[in-house]
Amino acid sequence: MAVSLFYFFVFPGLLFAATIGAFLSWFDRKITARVQFRKGPPLLQPFYDFFKLLLVKETILPRHGSPLLFLLAPIFAVIGATLASVFILLPLFSINTGFKGDLLVIFYLLTIPSFSYIIGALASGNPLAAVGGSREMKLILGYEMTFILVIAGIIMKCEQHFDLNTIIQTQQEGTPFIGSISGVLLFIVAIFCIQAKLALVPFDMPEAETEITEGIFIEYSGAAYAMIKLAKYIMLFILPALIVAMLMSGFNLHGINILWAILKVLGVVLALTLIRNTNPRVKIKQAISFFMIWMNLIAVIALVLIAFGL
Amino acid sequence: MGFKSYCFKKSLWVFHFGGASCNNCDIEILDCLTPRHDLERFGILLVGSIRHADVLLVNGSINRRDKERLLEIYNQAPKPILVVAIGACGCTGGIFAEGMTFAGPVDKIIPVNAYIPGCPPKPEAIIAGIVKLVNNS
Repeated sequence: MAVSLFYFFVFPGLLFAATIGAFLSWFDRKITARVQFRKGPPLLQPFYDFFKLLLVKETILPRHGSPLLFLLAPIFAVIGATLASVFILLPLFSINTGFKGDLLVIFYLLTIPSFSYIIGALASGNPLAAVGGSREMKLILGYEMTFILVIAGIIMKCEQHFDLNTIIQTQQEGTPFIGSISGVLLFIVAIFCIQAKLALVPFDMPEAETEITEGIFIEYSGAAYAMIKLAKYIMLFILPALIVAMLMSGFNLHGINILWAILKVLGVVLALTLIRNTNPRVKIKQAISFFMIWMNLIAVIALVLIAFGL
Repeated sequence: MGFKSYCFKKSLWVFHFGGASCNNCDIEILDCLTPRHDLERFGILLVGSIRHADVLLVNGSINRRDKERLLEIYNQAPKPILVVAIGACGCTGGIFAEGMTFAGPVDKIIPVNAYIPGCPPKPEAIIAGIVKLVNNS
């Protein structure tokens, strides 16, 4: 029991994932600043933002709408993100528990934050938040199908093993899955799915700052918004970590290999940041057809290639 | 200086309220966020929703109609909120001070923490004003 609580709250769970995620968020902002020839924020900026929201600012409840759901939604988001982080990071750090990291469980847990944002947005009673919520819903319809095709590809590559432990071991004994044509295709599709899951720029229409002024988060302030930031930090770490586990042979924690593991995560985040900085926001219709037609097509081609053993 | 106020100082999120402005102050405010001056160095971000704001920047002369909206925006903001009046119109009324639709400078409507005069103030002056605001708050 105590060990499980430690897993949840401290080591691969809440504290660890949130700290690493906050540093990755700084990395993202710094790279953005460098791309735009700016200097960028200091290293501890995400922590200042989080503690300011949590400790200093007042939390305002909506007058029209449901205050209880409005406050519970960010907590659900943090719980969902933390559970997913535990189940992804335990196999990655090769900590052996009874649970082996079933990919389908991880898939369902990763959708909880997005759904909680929708619930919170619709509970706030703000029309712009409702627009953002409906956009987020359509976006989920778009990318979830593609994401499950990516997971299906990984499972097929690993000879029908669903657990992350075996997937990482198979890659570490042989070659990483990204070292084949189908692996590269799956990697491209997975990067775009993550971009949509994190609501980064080409797919940030749920929280479009310039048109619907933060959309789903428009009514959040103070501690509730701090919880949303926390969930976002955790997601920014665990989704690249999931890609590293599924396609790039996970972490190897012996000596100099730790540096290599860090570089893999940073590389994936760098790809996300560069995509976010070089693209305009697309319309929700374009995003859905992008995932439903093109990304699904690439994923299916990858599945066929895997069936032929490429 | 406590931990709370240190975090607050290090991460000021700005919401921009433009009254009946001639847009020169708006341009200079946006200039502060461009690569040359880059206020994100100090953790200052421009946010879209007043619920996320720590600083309310007000510029332009405040008309009778703007007055209601300014009051509403101020009441919607989560406290503590700092108010900065930018430009001659925001600080005193400038050339509109005697106009018939003018509803008073910003400090007659809501409490103001810092004044940045100028028509329009240079970005350097805005940054200097923000630094003074941060050090005194």
